[in-house]
Amino acid sequence: MIKARVTVTLRNGVLDPQGKAIEGALTTLGFEGVGSVRQGKVFDIELDSADRSKAEADLKAMCEKLLANTVIENYAVELR
Amino acid sequence: MKSAVVLLPGLNRDRDMIAALTQISGRPPLTVWQTDTDIPDVDLIVIPGGFSYGDYLRCGAIAARMPVMRAVAEKAAAGVMVMGVCNGFQILLEAGLLPGALMRNASLKFVCRKVKLEIANADTVFTRRYALGQIIDCPVAHHDGNYFADAETLARLEGEGRIVFRYAEGTNPNGSINDIAGIVGGAGNVLGMMPHPENLIETAHGGTDGRALFEAALEVAA
Repeated sequence: MIKARVTVTLRNGVLDPQGKAIEGALTTLGFEGVGSVRQGKVFDIELDSADRSKAEADLKAMCEKLLANTVIENYAVELR
Repeated sequence: MKSAVVLLPGLNRDRDMIAALTQISGRPPLTVWQTDTDIPDVDLIVIPGGFSYGDYLRCGAIAARMPVMRAVAEKAAAGVMVMGVCNGFQILLEAGLLPGALMRNASLKFVCRKVKLEIANADTVFTRRYALGQIIDCPVAHHDGNYFADAETLARLEGEGRIVFRYAEGTNPNGSINDIAGIVGGAGNVLGMMPHPENLIETAHGGTDGRALFEAALEVAA
């Protein structure tokens, strides 16, 4: 079995009002020096396969087809 | 003119849309379910609003991958009119039938109110019963209506007159870039819009500004 973690983040230049709200809340809690917060998503995926290169190709295809909206999001695939 | 309404779990504006199409065309639309792979011959296919699949992952993301959407794409490519309202617009974007994306409202708040729309292109099958520059009323009700497209796409949309509705008179409720409320794609036969014209078609709604859109698409006399 292969375990993977896919991270989806907003592209640079795309406004992230949720990240802004979290940034404001952290400042309200007294955390000083929070420059910026960008919110993203994490997917932990288990694949019934031992072929790491195929797994990586499949995960990238999953990102392109569903997990990320590449109009506004970037993704990173990490095999554990 | 015959119409069909696409049904998906979690939509909640389907009854309003069916009522509007029935009232204006004089006959009820057909309905197609998400697993249908074939859509009967109709002139207009409508994807109504709501919260398909609970907005899981991203608004419209799961719905856009359902079998019925492949059939919608085939019909759109063949020139059939396709119209997505609210969640339907989000689904058309996620399906790649229209360019861009709809993000969380800049205010982070769900907005449910009447806005002003400017007709930015009156030369489409959907807007030809309006005048260019005309300002109409239309209700909105959404949490993720903040339209975004990269600079290149935006320039193309503007240059090709594909922006058909803009929020007018300072009523942009969601932070949409260039005040975009609705765009057309394909050969001008695919419309996506956040506002709900189906909720402003009879005087009991408080106005009838949405009627002309359906009358144009369904070729019904006003």
